[in-house]
Order: sequence, then structure tokens, then C-alpha cells
Amino acid sequence: MSVTPGGDVERSPAATEGTPGPDGRPALEVVDVRRGMFGAQDGGDTSGYGGLVVPVVLPGPSERPYGGWFDEAVDVLAELLDASGTGYAAAVESVVVDRGELTLHVRREHLLEVSRHLRDDPDLRFELSLGVSGVHYPNETGRELHAVHHLCSVTHGRRLRVETTAPDDDPHVPSVTSVYPGADWHERETWDFFGLVFDGHPALARIEMPDDWPGHPQRKDYPLGGIPVEYKGATVPPPDQRRSYS
Amino acid sequence: MGLEEAPSGFLLTTVENLVGYFRKGSLWPVTFGLACCAIEMMASGAPRYDLSRIGMEVFRASPRQADLMIVAGRVSQKMAPIVRQVYDQMSEPKWVLSMGVCASSGGMFNNYAIVQGVDHVVPVDIYLPGCPPRPEMLINAILALHDQIQREPLGVNRREAAAAAEAAALEAAPTHHMTGLLR
Amino acid sequence: MSPARSTASGPSATGHVVDDDTTGVPSFEASGGDWSTIAEEAARLGEERIVVNMGPQHPSTHGVLRLMLEIDGETVTEARAGIGYLHTGIEKNMEFRTWTQGVTFCTRMDYVAPLFQEAAYCLAVEKLLGITDDVPERATTIRVLLMELNRITSHLVCLATGGNELGATTIMTVGFTAREELLKVLELITGLRMNHAFIRPGGVAQDLPAGAVGEVRAALRSVRTYVRQLEDLMLANPILKLRTQGVGYLGLAGCMALAITGPVLRSTGLPYDVRKANPYCGYETYDFDVPVRSEADSWSRIGLRMEEIHQSARIVEQACDRLEAMGPGPVMVADKKVAWPAQLALGTDGMGNSAEHIREIMGTSMEALIHHFKLVTEGFRVPAGQVFQTVEHPRGELGVHLVSDGGTRPYRAHFRDPSFNNLQAVSVMCEGGQVADVVVSVASLDPVLGGVDR
Repeated sequence: MSVTPGGDVERSPAATEGTPGPDGRPALEVVDVRRGMFGAQDGGDTSGYGGLVVPVVLPGPSERPYGGWFDEAVDVLAELLDASGTGYAAAVESVVVDRGELTLHVRREHLLEVSRHLRDDPDLRFELSLGVSGVHYPNETGRELHAVHHLCSVTHGRRLRVETTAPDDDPHVPSVTSVYPGADWHERETWDFFGLVFDGHPALARIEMPDDWPGHPQRKDYPLGGIPVEYKGATVPPPDQRRSYS
Repeated sequence: MGLEEAPSGFLLTTVENLVGYFRKGSLWPVTFGLACCAIEMMASGAPRYDLSRIGMEVFRASPRQADLMIVAGRVSQKMAPIVRQVYDQMSEPKWVLSMGVCASSGGMFNNYAIVQGVDHVVPVDIYLPGCPPRPEMLINAILALHDQIQREPLGVNRREAAAAAEAAALEAAPTHHMTGLLR
Repeated sequence: MSPARSTASGPSATGHVVDDDTTGVPSFEASGGDWSTIAEEAARLGEERIVVNMGPQHPSTHGVLRLMLEIDGETVTEARAGIGYLHTGIEKNMEFRTWTQGVTFCTRMDYVAPLFQEAAYCLAVEKLLGITDDVPERATTIRVLLMELNRITSHLVCLATGGNELGATTIMTVGFTAREELLKVLELITGLRMNHAFIRPGGVAQDLPAGAVGEVRAALRSVRTYVRQLEDLMLANPILKLRTQGVGYLGLAGCMALAITGPVLRSTGLPYDVRKANPYCGYETYDFDVPVRSEADSWSRIGLRMEEIHQSARIVEQACDRLEAMGPGPVMVADKKVAWPAQLALGTDGMGNSAEHIREIMGTSMEALIHHFKLVTEGFRVPAGQVFQTVEHPRGELGVHLVSDGGTRPYRAHFRDPSFNNLQAVSVMCEGGQVADVVVSVASLDPVLGGVDR
């Protein structure tokens, strides 16, 4: 990743491949680039902060040892994936350990197999799926939509996160309902709010919004939909249309 | 023809007064709980606040047997047609109490999902602010509504009152033209 | 891409088809998924098929839950739940508010147990900030105290409304009277009966008022009396037993497959409780048991909730002892950026800062004024990353998935609400049973629709 003086941030391939960046530190995942400050894009910039360029980066891939039981779990998973012919490197893009939580970034075509291993292997045994949460990063080109699965192992008392991405123009990820039937409604909710299509889901219909609702309301390109509030000569715009400072 | 000439044992009143008295004395709310306010509505019916003291504890499950709809909570876009259907199923005369800020104006949920005030869907007789309003506030609102019902004109008087109210509303300054302190 | 991808597995009933005849008016087409089989079956069965729509305005569905029941005589052959009638868009709203203001929103999700959403959200924000260990001991103990009081009120509402839905009004009146005793205490401590917004990132908003611990103990005594009344009323009641025993059965395998947690899971015999399995707020230092049953029916869940009330009361007493022993102290992290606006010195009109405080800021320090302005207008920043924090909610495992982009507002806040997840079990619990048992099964799941729809 590099920031050029013109304010353009180029996504280096390292950011997605999980190899260390040029300075030896692990590359971070750039999801957005923030420009300027105080939300003043249109008028003349008198603050001096208008040229500010800040890449928004999430924690990047971690180096071994991950610490705690993380190494052991990843080793077991790697062994299983290699044995099945899929290959660990092909299925798992990167492993992120951040704030004491383990995240596996899994390529979507192998999500189902990874989930099955995570549930079935006696050394992993993540038998409880705590649902799917969608996240929309509109500026992370090619990986706009993230489906974040949270798994819990009652047997071993462990938790981990499996993250899968899909581009906006092909918003498909496989459904894990065949492995975790409890993910049914969570996937419907993620479809409803983010437009992520879960292939193989038995009945992927809207769940929270009315059936004929246009759009997917929790995407970042969907407005909050508030109305201005008028009171005694003052008009207060809805929160998403107010001046933002960050 | 003064009052003093009436024989003893008689009370004189107007039809409007008598009808209002009977109507307010047997107001049956429909069980229409939506969100947080519904829990406070149930608490109002429970012994500590005891709505039955004013003859209101019989929450009717069927809207056809009820004449007061307490819209208790936020009305979502998905729920709005159902709110209207329940209102339409109630028999005349009927009243609507908008309980809490969400039902009254959308409140803090100024977004895509919530109808910004149930008065977009049904006519509201009395608004009750609060998030959620305490049971005492609900009881106070119901008593205020009783008062409103007692004084409700009938027939031609009602039409005149409605016309006068509409004329006054047209005359009144819109909120965004009002000036002064924001309080 | 998955080989299963085909038109049959695409999203159902979603597409807007703009018809030329209607010129831009969106028309609606139901297709995909199992729609064609449903339509074919409906045409074949014709008038033999009876579908009863229950809700969303129904006194026995625990709020605006809609149940679509296909019945054969008195037997339910198929049950589907329709939700979303209380969808409030809280998660989206939180993306436009500061991290501290988020508490005010998430407390209104599951309005019967508001303090759990607050606690889970604040624990997640603290984890993102990396200040989990800096939260003062006193604040953590107050959190535990409030959460356990709230668990008792939530279970009381569950028992009360469950009884009411079966037609037993006395259970409801006793339950709500007991709840009022605790609401008085919660109001004394937080200022509100519901939707407290009292637990804030970094601690709690205020210290306990004078005499609060004594009030808690007194309230606990009277609640115990009421709970004993409830137990006398319910636990040997032959009618209640006949209505609930063997009804709404969901075994361990079903619970694990559908990720059902909370009392429903514990009624199958698995003592899974996040307070023990993955402790937070120092729950590992409290002495309490996780009650379990093995019958996995509605009856066992009633008894289980009664026992959980007693266990919560035990924790409340321990928390009271600790609060008395530790004496006064800070209830918010020392970092004033995170702490604002807790413990404001209020002005005489009850609004905003006191005149002395403003005079100090305005008169003595330009930097303080700038910092104050920045904090009030935009709030504090949280380093980028994502966390998932779960707490044991009265209805199961409540998870909060928070994503920060390094800004002053959450980039994404998602709540894995236990009611939402547990409602998936309605079909399994009701199918094959009687229509009257549907109400019992739903009451034993205890969904709160505010949490389901958020």
C-alpha cells in the first residue's frame, strides 16, 4: 500500500495476499480512504486540513505464533484441508489475530468445506453458529460485501470468526445452512439488509423488511431515510445529512 | 321553564352530555402493544397502577369489541397497514391514543424503517410524550381523553366544531415559521 | 462459485419487476426458492387446506409476532413465523451516532432486558478501545448488580405474560407486582424504569445514590415473597402442568442445530451459560449455579426460570456485599475523553454543564475549550478493527459484532439477538401439536419482538 502525494492510495497486492509489506510489518487491509476533514468538500478550504489523506485500515494478517489455542486450531484445520485435497492456502486467505480474537478469512468457494471441518472435527468442534453479520465496505474494490460468521465451541469453550467476501457485482456466497441449520434466519437477514445472496439456502426471502421493499437498507449506499425535523423556526436534518467530522 | 320548576327526582342535562358521560365510562381499549410502551401499558393494567380503578382494565383482544386503540410503540413500515386494518375493524365511535414519542412523531428512530408518526396512518385524538411514558402518564392521558369524550359535541355541533378546528389549523403558523426559544 | 447456484436457489420473492404497462410503478413478483412447489400444492389442496393467520395483532403472541399455521382439525401440521413488524433500523441508526450515543439506541432493542444490550455493547466498545482492564471495579460490580436485577424482572415478565396468555391473570398480576418492586430500585439507580442508557463505554453513568444498596436488599426481600407466591401458584398447579408438560419439546440435538441458547437449551440438560463458559464482568468470581432440567418441555422451562431468579438474587446479594465493602470510588475510566458525558455537573435548570464548569473551561484554558468542543461535537475515536462480544441474556446468548473504521461512530453494529435466533424453533416445537399448544410453546421461548426485529 502506498500513498502518493496526489492523495491516491494504491492497494498493493500485499494487502490481500497476506504477505508482509515493504517495511517488514504485516500489511493492513485497506477498506477506505478518508480525505479532508470537517466534511467540507465543496467550498474553499480554510482549515488547512483539506488535503489530509488517511487510509482506513483494518488489522492485517498475523504472523505465527498466533498465541493460545489459535495455532493448534489453525494447524488442525490446515491438516484437514490439505488432506481433503483443497489445500489450506487455497481455502484460507489469511489469519488475523486482533484483540484476542481469531479471524479466518476464507475464500467463498471453500466456505462450506471449512465450516464442515470446523463443526465435525473433534479437535475443533465449533458446533454452535452464532449467526451471520454482513458488513459493506463500498470502497474495498472486489471485496465490497463481507459475510462474517461467528462460531462457538461449547466443547472447548472457544470462539472464532470466519469472514468471507464477495464483490458487489457478484454478491454470492454459499449458504452454511446445510452445516448450521440455525444460520437460516441470519442469512435471510443478511440478504435482506445487504443483498448478499446465499447460494443453497432453502428459502432466501426477506425477513425484516416487507417483501416488496426496494433495496437493501443497511448497505452504505442506502441512505438512512430520515426526514428533516422542523421546530420553532429551526430545521434539523436527519443524522446522515448533518455535517460529519470524521 | 327553569330548572326549579322540574319535579323532584329528575336531573336535567343535554343529550351530548349524557352520551359523553356514558361513552367515557365504558371505554374499552384494544390490546395493541407494539414495543417498549406496551410493557408500560401492561404495567398500567397491573395492580400497582391499576387501570381498573377508572374502569379500563378490560383490554379487548378483538378490535371489533373495542373503542380505544392505544398505539403503544414504534410503528414500522411493515406494521403500518396492520395498524390501519385494526383501526378500520373497530366500530364507531372510536378513539386513538398515540403513546410515546415513536408513535407520535417517530422519535429517535428517524430512519427508513419507522413511520414518522402514527397520524400518517390513523387519526390521533391524543398524543402522549415520553420514551416510554410512565404508567401514571398513560393514566393521565386516558383521563384527559375521558374529558375530551365527555365534552364531545354531536350532530350539527360536531360538524361545526370540526369546521372551526380545521379553520384554526389553517390559520395557525406552521412550526417552521414559529420563532423564539427552542423550548 | 458453489455448484448449487441456480435459479432454484436464488432469492425468493424479492425482485421488483417494472412492467411496461404500469410505467414505472414497481410490480412485485414472487418467484424462486420453494415458491413454485408452494403454489402447486396450494392449487392441488384447494379448500382442504386451512391456514390460520395468528398475529401480528394477537394478544397471545408476545408482541407483534405473526404465525402462519396450517391446521388439520386441531392439529398444527405446519407452522411458520413471520417477523419484521417491529423492525426499527436501530443498527443503521447507530452508524450515524457516536460510540457513547449508541447505548441509547441499543438499549431499546430488547426492551424487557435493556441493560444486557447496554452491557454487551459497552464491553465490545471497551474491547475495541483496549480498555477492558481499566474499567473500575466498582463500575463492573454495578453492572453485574443491574444486569442480575434486570434478569429477574425479565424472567418475571416471561412468567407473567406466559401465564396471562394461558388465561391465568393472577400469575400476571403477581409477576408484574414483583417486577414493580425491582423497577423502583432500577429507577432509583438509573433514573428510568426502562431503556436506561446507564451503562456507558468505560463504566457507568453515575455512582449509586445514597442508600441504594439498602433499597436493593429490601426490594429483593419483597420479590422473594412474590416469587414464593408464584411458585405456590404455579409449580403444583394441575391445570398448568397439563397445559405445559410435554409441550414445546426441543431436545439437545435440535437446540444445537438451531443454535438455541439460554433457558431453552438448559432445559435439555446442557449447562451452557456464557457467564460460566466465557466470563465477562468478573462473573467467574461470583458464587452461583447454572440450573438445568432434562425434560426439555415448556413445564421445565417455567421451573428453570424460577430457579434462575433465585440464582440471580444470590449474585445481587454478593454484588451488594462487595459494593458495601469497597466503599466509594470511581465508576468511569480515568480517560476523560471516553468518560464524557458521565457525571456531568448539571446547571440549575437541569440541562448542560454547570456555570462554574463552563466558567472554568472558558476562562482558564483555550485547549480545554477546543477539546470540549471536539468531544461534544464528534466524540472519541476508536481504533479500526472488529470485535464480537457475547453476554448471557435472559433469553440466551446475546452477541454484539462491532466494526470500527477508526472514526467517531461505529462503522457497523450488529446484534445477534437470542430471541431472533430462538424463534426459529417455533416450527419444530409447534408442528404436530395442538393449536392451543402454540401459545404455550411461544411463551416458553419468551421472544421479545423488539429484540427479534431490532
